[in-house]
Amino acid sequence: MQEFLQLVVSGIATGGIFASLALALVLIYNAMGLVNFAQGEMAMFATFVAFTLIAHGMNYWLAFVITLVVAFAGGIAIERVVIRPIERAPILTLVIVTLGLATLINGLAGSIFGYVPRAFPSPFSVQTVNILGALASFQDLGVIAVSAVVLLAIYLLLQHTTVGLTMRAAAHHAEASRLLGVRVSWMLALGWGLASAVGSVSGIMVAPIILLEPNMMQTIIIYAFAAAVLGGIESPLGAVVGGVIVGVTVNLAGVYLPFVGGDLQLAVALAIIVAVLVLKPNGLFGRPTVRRV
Amino acid sequence: MIQRIRTTPPRYWLVLVVVLFFIGLPTVIDSFQSGEWAQALVLAIAIMGLNILVGYSGQISLGHGAFMAIGAYTSAILAHRYKMDYLATIPIAGLLTGILGFLFGVPALRLSALYLALATFALAVVTPSLIKRPAELTGGVQGIVLLPPVPPTFASDTFSALTGTALTSDQWTYYVTLAWTLVLFWLAWNLVRHRAGRAMRAIRDGEVAAAASGVNIAGYKTLAFGISALYAGIAGSLFGLAVGFVSPDTFPVALSIQLLVGAVVGGLASIPGPIIGAIFAYFLPIESNQWVPTQTWIPGSIASTIEKAGPAVTYGAVLILTMIFAPNGVVGLVLTGYSRLRGRLRGVPDRESGQMPPDPHTV
Repeated sequence: MQEFLQLVVSGIATGGIFASLALALVLIYNAMGLVNFAQGEMAMFATFVAFTLIAHGMNYWLAFVITLVVAFAGGIAIERVVIRPIERAPILTLVIVTLGLATLINGLAGSIFGYVPRAFPSPFSVQTVNILGALASFQDLGVIAVSAVVLLAIYLLLQHTTVGLTMRAAAHHAEASRLLGVRVSWMLALGWGLASAVGSVSGIMVAPIILLEPNMMQTIIIYAFAAAVLGGIESPLGAVVGGVIVGVTVNLAGVYLPFVGGDLQLAVALAIIVAVLVLKPNGLFGRPTVRRV
Repeated sequence: MIQRIRTTPPRYWLVLVVVLFFIGLPTVIDSFQSGEWAQALVLAIAIMGLNILVGYSGQISLGHGAFMAIGAYTSAILAHRYKMDYLATIPIAGLLTGILGFLFGVPALRLSALYLALATFALAVVTPSLIKRPAELTGGVQGIVLLPPVPPTFASDTFSALTGTALTSDQWTYYVTLAWTLVLFWLAWNLVRHRAGRAMRAIRDGEVAAAASGVNIAGYKTLAFGISALYAGIAGSLFGLAVGFVSPDTFPVALSIQLLVGAVVGGLASIPGPIIGAIFAYFLPIESNQWVPTQTWIPGSIASTIEKAGPAVTYGAVLILTMIFAPNGVVGLVLTGYSRLRGRLRGVPDRESGQMPPDPHTV
């Protein structure tokens, strides 16, 4: 039982990491109806920026904040340069372009920083604390806290500020928003910036656990896909709930299902994606869509 | 007879020239390069399959590397464990992969393009670890080493009679691959120009309109998936023959990306596109590694960066630039260029602007 509880707690921690990346996916999906395949690689690159800052002796949290700002600016820059020319292109084109972006960023990171895995510092100690009979590490609790703060911040921004309202309006009805004076295209860029910043949190949080290297987000992005699909790809709340469910499920399956083990945990994510898409394509929190013919 | 030859459209002559070029190629390049070209042709087959799915039926798959893996492992297991002749396993691998692809196409029917992209991408990422699991069947991480194919006597006799050198196993692999390439491209050409191809394109361009015109949407969409997987399966099987072994890491996500690059660069919804795209996608990483460091005019720092980054940066940049500036790929560029040139030469009005070209005498 104790082992079970511990697995749940560490599952929630990894779930928080998946949730941040899934939320980033949802932000861009809501802005332009596109799943950004480059989200993980953008987060990986931001994590390398944080690593470089910390390696030069900067304080961890200062580096954290600066990285978020850099990621935000980077997200906007990518939207302006790469996505803007094809804003109205068919979805196939957009998907291929984000895949190209993912490959490009991955290769750039490889050539700049190399492929040697590096240990990434964590501000939280690995000591454990006893909560309700389960031993939880400060590392896990810290990750949960940081993810919760970030997710709450995004929620407040979207629901309780003018910028958030404008962004939602632009995503919901571009034409009407444009008539009311909203610069819809810049709202898209803002969405990319926000998504990039949120995603980079997941990179910085996961790097101490799985070592920092250019391919580290390749599996994390699959879990984030599973989380976003499970939650209903347009729902920010769904991304968070989905992330936690995926994190806990994968953690438990790795230990309790003998044929899964450590190496097939990723297949659990694939199974979740396929099952949700086939059985309940709108996910847990998504609204069923009605298409006018 | 002469009349028929004179009225043959120029593209048939082009096809003839290309086929003769590929048949004669191993006589002018060495055996190792023939092996490389065989792998490029394998990619061309897989890209043709992807092209049928993406270009003609408008669905998307980012996981065709996984279908190639199924084909390759089917052949490898049949040849290695059950001692079948490898060449005889190729159609079996193709059919099995095709059936699996057809079955995969059924749930895919319910998915929008975006979800399909997600699911197939996840499949591509998971495949290597799925292959490792039944270790006694697939050889686990080590994979299966295959014996190099022995050319039959009729082939080696003909080859040595014509060129004066013995036919190596790489060259024999090349000719086997070329034969499959020709058959499959001929089939694809016929497919897309007839009933099924028209139905697929109708679905791609307007599903509702196609359904209203009596096209069986579900049937043709799953058929496209099945045929596409069949191509990928045969390509995977030939890939095993050309490389000499199969292992889980032979089929990484990068392979699926490479196929997509080839399909996009060559030109979606075109028949010659996959060949051009495959040659580009296959030789780009090899050539950029060998060619760039020999160029003295490229600054050393940039050259070493390109070398270290491998093909990923170039692939990514090419994907983005092609989609933004030439969404129809090389073939699209050539076709527009050709029709503009012909318009200029014959004084036909410009199709887009409706303007007549300037009269050369009045200027």
